[in-house]
Amino acid sequence: MKIFELKDVSFAYLGRFPALRAVSLEVRAGEKVAILGANGSGKSTLLRILNGLVFPQTGEVKAFGQPLTENGLDGAFNRFFRSKVALLFQNPDAQLFCPTVFDEVAFGPLQLDLPPEEIHQRVEDLLKLLRLEALRDRSPYELSLGEKKKVAVAAVFSTNPDVLLLDEPTASLDPRSTRTLIDLLVEANEGGKTLVTATHDLHLVPEISDRVYIFSEEKRVAAEGRPEELLADVEQLAKWNLIHLHKHAHQDYWHAHLHEHPSKEHTHNE
Amino acid sequence: MRPAWLVTKMEDLAACPCCTVGVGGKGFVERTLLGIASFFKEAIFSEEIARAPGFLQHLDPRVKLFSFALFLVAASLMKKALPLLGLYLFTLLLASASRITLGFFLKRVFFFIPLFSGLIALPALFLVPGEPLITFFSLGGFTLAITKSGLSSAFFLVLRVATSVSFAVLLVLTTRWPQLLKALRIFKLPQVFVLILGMTHRYLYLLIALIEEMHLAKKSRTIQRDGLRKEQRWVASRIGFLFGKSRRMADEVYQAMISRGFDGEARVLDTFRMTRMDVLWLGLSVLLFVLALWIGGIA
Repeated sequence: MKIFELKDVSFAYLGRFPALRAVSLEVRAGEKVAILGANGSGKSTLLRILNGLVFPQTGEVKAFGQPLTENGLDGAFNRFFRSKVALLFQNPDAQLFCPTVFDEVAFGPLQLDLPPEEIHQRVEDLLKLLRLEALRDRSPYELSLGEKKKVAVAAVFSTNPDVLLLDEPTASLDPRSTRTLIDLLVEANEGGKTLVTATHDLHLVPEISDRVYIFSEEKRVAAEGRPEELLADVEQLAKWNLIHLHKHAHQDYWHAHLHEHPSKEHTHNE
Repeated sequence: MRPAWLVTKMEDLAACPCCTVGVGGKGFVERTLLGIASFFKEAIFSEEIARAPGFLQHLDPRVKLFSFALFLVAASLMKKALPLLGLYLFTLLLASASRITLGFFLKRVFFFIPLFSGLIALPALFLVPGEPLITFFSLGGFTLAITKSGLSSAFFLVLRVATSVSFAVLLVLTTRWPQLLKALRIFKLPQVFVLILGMTHRYLYLLIALIEEMHLAKKSRTIQRDGLRKEQRWVASRIGFLFGKSRRMADEVYQAMISRGFDGEARVLDTFRMTRMDVLWLGLSVLLFVLALWIGGIA
């Protein structure tokens, strides 16, 4: 079953600044899809289109087989769509608008009119999982950037959506929180959830995707394929600005090579 | 290719008193940073009071809101000074039972008095006809004097405002902001007001933090102090930047709300629990309200 289907979608901010150009792609139920691209390649805009927050000037977007338009997202379909699809924003400050951490995590389930006991249970479970219990009564403005990000993650998971759209999910998280989140995402996918993750962090790609779309700096889909195939093409990755020439020291000498995916070992013959 | 100057060590600047940052008192950037720091200090201090184990802090916010609304109505309707003074003294008693230092409480309350009532009360001293207490001058048939009834009217007005402001300040100081908003919503205050209040409070901190970062960034790159005109231009440009930034932020926040299922109705999770003390307090408040109106008379 296709969750999302985009055909020749173009979007420009204020009608003047292009963010996406003739993008066609699809996401099927239960898939892990990574959207890779350098800064400004249109990844965040794509996620907002998939979440029905902004609408393209040209092209066609379908979600769950129905056209995803401003007028179409109304009434019963809006409720169905919002309960199924959740977006983790890149900027946690935009996502946290409630007075306390507890209220923030409870906001989504409250909108779904869940019973209060279930809302309490979900919030407590997520606060415990993400080690946020000590922050439950704090205001979001009192938190560090990493803590805000964790609260935003908890807030997105609290509605238990089937489709997770994640915009740079691990940015500003410490190593332990990154690991917790990645494990959670992988487990959620194994449980049948669909993941669409926008990132330029190649470390994450093999775990969080079984299919990859690469966006060029011209804001078009430059390639689509399996992560192991695309990540092996070092020259193309450099062209798409996803890896760079990396200079580093080895005890007594300096050496430069293209900085690629870390799980791929490299040897030095100097 | 990096330009050569970028990777070459610069010659040291000679220390010169005319261009040393901070010479001649605190500059504009320093003063702004101090102001921002005091804003945060004050906010944290208020939060500490709201979390302190005092009498009012233990009350259910709904009960507190309702009883304070009764007291405010009583303070507005009473027409005798002595009972009103009694009600005012009651606020001082409540403040001290709630672990609020009297000096801090009085400062908070009397900061607002000249603002809201001083300007109105001042002309009353002279304009209310009556027996003159202090005469400034008499010219022809006109006498400028503070009258006894003028002084009594001005005192009564200031006392009424001080009592009302004291209750409002007590409510805000002893109730955590989120709980207060939730209590307001439970009392059916239109959700759009509660939502706007809550988000204004939240984004005030965010924007203040942004202002602090902008000023710190300027301070870190200030080698010699700019002239007044240049500083004014910089401030104007930052005001414009902040306006744009807050607009973009508002768009993004709205999208985040829509994304999580917001459909115009903000739902509230009612987690308040009433205790025996709340019931007792509620009874006492109603009794005090009736007594205040009975003894103080209805205006």
